[in-house]
Amino acid sequence: MEFLEQLIQQLINGISLGSIYALIALGYTMVYGIIKLINFAHGDIYMIGAYAGFFATANLGLPFVPALIVSMVVAGLIGMLIERMAYRPLRHAPKIAVLITAIGISLLLEYGGMLLFTPQPRTFPNVLESVTYHMGPFVVNSQQIIILVVSVILMVILTYVVQKTIIGKAMRAVSFDTDAAQLMGIDVDRIISATFGIGSALAAAAGVLVGIYYNSIDPLMGIMPGLKAFVAAVLGGIGIIPGAMAGGVILGVIEALVSGFISSTFRDAAAFAILIIILLFKPSGLFGKNVREKV
Amino acid sequence: MLNIENINVYYGAIHAIKDISINVTEGEIVTLIGANGAGKSTTLRTISGLLKPKSGKIDFEGQNIAGIPAQAIVKQGISQVPEGRRVFANMTVLENLELGAYIRKDKAGIKEDLNSVFERFPRLLERKVQLAGTLSGGEQQMLAMGRALMSRPRLLLLDEPSMGLAPLLVKEIFSIVKEINQTGTTVLLVEQNANMALSIAHKAYVLETGRITLSGDAKKLAASEEVRKAYLGG
Repeated sequence: MEFLEQLIQQLINGISLGSIYALIALGYTMVYGIIKLINFAHGDIYMIGAYAGFFATANLGLPFVPALIVSMVVAGLIGMLIERMAYRPLRHAPKIAVLITAIGISLLLEYGGMLLFTPQPRTFPNVLESVTYHMGPFVVNSQQIIILVVSVILMVILTYVVQKTIIGKAMRAVSFDTDAAQLMGIDVDRIISATFGIGSALAAAAGVLVGIYYNSIDPLMGIMPGLKAFVAAVLGGIGIIPGAMAGGVILGVIEALVSGFISSTFRDAAAFAILIIILLFKPSGLFGKNVREKV
Repeated sequence: MLNIENINVYYGAIHAIKDISINVTEGEIVTLIGANGAGKSTTLRTISGLLKPKSGKIDFEGQNIAGIPAQAIVKQGISQVPEGRRVFANMTVLENLELGAYIRKDKAGIKEDLNSVFERFPRLLERKVQLAGTLSGGEQQMLAMGRALMSRPRLLLLDEPSMGLAPLLVKEIFSIVKEINQTGTTVLLVEQNANMALSIAHKAYVLETGRITLSGDAKKLAASEEVRKAYLGG
């Protein structure tokens, strides 16, 4: 009985943590889907988002929802700016050049962040009251619920945009066949820019949610979640949007179970073991199809 | 309508198109025939803006369009059906057609054209919500053509529409091309199937290793000894 209680408790924790990974993983997967780049600076955009949310609440005194929106807009614009300045000039360069640039941008944001925001961790203002609900033997925090609700809302909006709007259709077209998309009159650069904007905004939302939940943010906070979200994206199948959502949640749950039943020190090891296993046995990811070409 | 003057196109160091000049008059079907690798597709891709000419002029309705990006050329009224069809296989037939109308904002007009595409290709209507990747080769060709028509082009560029299709389907596709032309769209057609192409075209150009070697009235070329020997199987 105690095992079952523990299991359910860890599932609750895991789904909440996993929806954070899912939000970040979406940006990785969308950018990869469209320009085949693993944007290693993506985790740092999440950090930027957390800081934007921090300043919006602490300095401007905004409540949760407006602060979330401000943070998403700011990070979205920064994401687009980075694409414009750093990646677009390398559009026809070898892939490795762009990848190294992404790592450079990542370091620039991390240590630029230290310079601008100081390395000192900051305490996130208490914009959402934390209430702990005891439901029988289970403990659920109101913030965990908010993380889940906000993530689900954002993912529903994203799915709608990608599936139903003309910009979403253009994104899918560019991701499938850039030349053919251009022949439709689609401005590919514009679509790539929009993809960076949307992906960065989602990561920023994750940053704000984490800031509120853990109460503390710092300039290097994006490194680990960035890597984990990358694992989540690969787990679901890189380039596949529902894959990133599922991969994030699965990874979160596995981490929570490992922390609960084995030891929290093995949490990170478990995440990266998953990466190795998935790359060995199903590199296309859980949702990925084996690539075949029709001639 | 379209006037190409002495264009040269390179793939890296390879001089693929050498001093080609082509003239397409409004209302015509003009065909570009030649062997594999002669530069037919390269010529079309240069007109549609996917490739940039190193030198020369491409004049469309009085405007020089050489070197402007592909997405801007669609807006000028030129639409290309690319070689190998290149439909968006992971999207539905309807979504493919909607993307064809990407540059347009007139909802009523788009709807009207969607209906006329479905009228012209009834099989696409039956498969409206099916993924384009699940269509047969012939249906994909029809979809690619329908998609190109959705931008309401004045000039339609067709790259090897008969490729990989059964003879009966090839006939069908060519009669559709003829119909499209008769309803007012000028057509520039690239084909390896010279016989079929010459049978529907008004004017033809023969391309050999990046150069135009012959040109003129399609019927006359079809009858000429030289073309018969080289491209029409005697």
